[in-house]
Amino acid sequence: MEFFVVSLLNGISYGLLLFMLASGLTLIFSLMGVLNFAHASFYMLGAYFAYQISAWLDAAWPGVGYWIALAAAPLAVGALGAFVERYGLRRVHRWGHVPELLFTFGLAYIVVEIVQIVWGRAAVPYAVPQPLAGSLFTVYSTNFPTYRAFMMLVAGAMLLAIWLVLTRTRIGLVIQASLTHPEMVQALGHNVPRVFMLTFGGGCALAALAGVIGGNAYVTEPSMAAVIVSIVFVVVVVGGMGSLAGAFVASLLIGLMQTFAIGIDWSPLALFERLGMPLGPDAPLYSVWSLKVSQVAPVLPYLLLVLVLVLRPRGLMGTREN
Amino acid sequence: MGSGASGHRSAIAPAIRVPRVRFEPIDLGRWAIWSATALLFAVLPLVFHKGFAITLLSQMGVMIVFALAYNMIFGQGGMLSFGHAVYSGLGAFFAIHALNWVGEGRLWLPVSLIPLVGGVFGAVFGVLFGYVTTKKAGTPFAMITLGIGELVFAASLMFPGFFGGEGGVSTNRVVGEPFLGITFGPAIEVYYLIAIWCFASMAAMYAFSHTPLGRISNAVRDNPERAEFIGYSAQHVRFLVIVASAFFCGIAGGLSAINFEIVSAENVSTARSGGVLVAAFIGGAGFFFGPILGAVIFIFFAVALSDYTSAWQFYLGAFFVLMVMYAPGGVASLIAMNLRVMRHGLLGRLAGPYGALALATGVLLAGVIALVEMSYQLTLNFASGSQLRLFGMDVDASSWQAWAIAAALVAAGGLAFEAARRRFARTWDAVQALIEAKSHPGATT
Repeated sequence: MEFFVVSLLNGISYGLLLFMLASGLTLIFSLMGVLNFAHASFYMLGAYFAYQISAWLDAAWPGVGYWIALAAAPLAVGALGAFVERYGLRRVHRWGHVPELLFTFGLAYIVVEIVQIVWGRAAVPYAVPQPLAGSLFTVYSTNFPTYRAFMMLVAGAMLLAIWLVLTRTRIGLVIQASLTHPEMVQALGHNVPRVFMLTFGGGCALAALAGVIGGNAYVTEPSMAAVIVSIVFVVVVVGGMGSLAGAFVASLLIGLMQTFAIGIDWSPLALFERLGMPLGPDAPLYSVWSLKVSQVAPVLPYLLLVLVLVLRPRGLMGTREN
Repeated sequence: MGSGASGHRSAIAPAIRVPRVRFEPIDLGRWAIWSATALLFAVLPLVFHKGFAITLLSQMGVMIVFALAYNMIFGQGGMLSFGHAVYSGLGAFFAIHALNWVGEGRLWLPVSLIPLVGGVFGAVFGVLFGYVTTKKAGTPFAMITLGIGELVFAASLMFPGFFGGEGGVSTNRVVGEPFLGITFGPAIEVYYLIAIWCFASMAAMYAFSHTPLGRISNAVRDNPERAEFIGYSAQHVRFLVIVASAFFCGIAGGLSAINFEIVSAENVSTARSGGVLVAAFIGGAGFFFGPILGAVIFIFFAVALSDYTSAWQFYLGAFFVLMVMYAPGGVASLIAMNLRVMRHGLLGRLAGPYGALALATGVLLAGVIALVEMSYQLTLNFASGSQLRLFGMDVDASSWQAWAIAAALVAAGGLAFEAARRRFARTWDAVQALIEAKSHPGATT
């Protein structure tokens, strides 16, 4: 029971973090048809920027750095994203979608190198701010960190903010209209390329926000982008390409699945023993049967991806095949 | 947006058609080119006979097979894959186990046929993964291949019995009885083995591109809807092409197993998959010979340049992004475009602008290299102090003068480059207009 509650809470907070990345990726994809391979790189930049900003500011005024970084890092990365769209992607756009994808792929490559030049190859000591460092409450005997709750709060607030912006504001309505009828929106006098730029920048800012709150909850290191990018892609495909609701469901599903799997030590060997056929190391496929669920955890998202593709190729909530 | 299908082909297949010279009844031009290639393969190690050059050439041979196999689906089939190292890597693992079995006497197979084992198992996995991945096309296909790549990489660390865990599986290629005195011990013998396999694979893949399946895969790339209307299942065509491509990837994997005598999880990693994509794209995916150039360039960056600087990945990434932005047809398309200009006798007009461009690029490049190298020295090589050798000079990366000079070089080079680029673009456009006017007399532009 204790394991269940703790894993549930951790899974939800990890799932929400995934959704912060997947939402921006989905919006950009459905608007521009561009799969932003560098999305996780902006997540990484968010974490590094927040580390740097809080390190600088804390030297002068201890304690305020993180809170300023929480707003400043996403803004800076969002501006960077808008710049990349304006002067990089837009130029490549005329060559078609594949070069656009390759452009972001190359960008991800370069960002990792630049991060290594500036901050080195090892992880940086980006720590949880003091007021959020303790534990919030105790489940049976496990402490639940305050920071996890804070992550959920930020993610929830962001979710609400995206929903309000998309449905209640003028720019949100223009974005929604540009999703389906870009030519018509252009004809009505809206600057669609600028909408693209803003959405791209906004998506990058969301990814950076995820980086600011995820970087110190996990680790801030040059490989953090590569670790998460393929998981986020799985989320987007499993949820259904271009579906925000699908991305939300898939994020939580994968977040929960990974956290639960890591804590389970059960392997099929136990099943064979229960059935009265204990297997020895000589048995056929012993290395498969002896795998514990916790060892399989890293591949579970990809197995889910394959499963979804075979059973329901359009994804959980997708509406179209391609 | 519905523009997905139409957007794929434009960059991969540039609209340059080089008129083909045909000499009936046999195509002399084609025979000449292939014979020259074979001769080149045979002569190269005699010219570059140092140990390092031979390893470089061997790696280039392996990469050429891999990049060409990748281009079967990328350039010719219109499928962007981020997980193609799966096929070469798994092929390499099976090949190295086969080699070990030969060594233990559990299997009889000449070493020279080991790459075939890699190819067969590459194709087997091509059937398995191709079935799943080809359920989608376009961007979702790309994402799924990435997922499959991650799946195999994570799984490879899960089964240390077969994949050898972090250390990988190692072997000894000098097994079995020597055939005509060839033991495959010396690097030069391995080079010739790779060269023969590389040449045979090149010829086979070129032949494949002329089979009905190769042709229809071009059609599926350009317009899947129309291909379906004439009675071909686009999904089935993609599947078959992936299996064929996986076979040649497996051969490349088997060759690399023989060449390095070790295969590790790194062989199936996404870094490998990304590498072959970069190589094929830089070379030029729209041309058959493009990936060959790309493989040579890639190995130059990854093997030769990495000896001089730890920043080679940065240079490769920057080069790749610049190619995507300014020359999406790759090096091959640049060559083809200049050949076209040359055929019309107008290359002389471009000589001046080219010279200016090269000069400005040189200055800009020197500045950028200085900046990057000094940054690397300060952050990643800090243990060895702030001194480094740059262009044959001793430079202190902690002095402001060095940074000022580098920044000045970048600024001057950047300005000069922009000016030269504009001049070049003007002349280039004028030359193109002239060629258009010559080849379509009477057409008003």
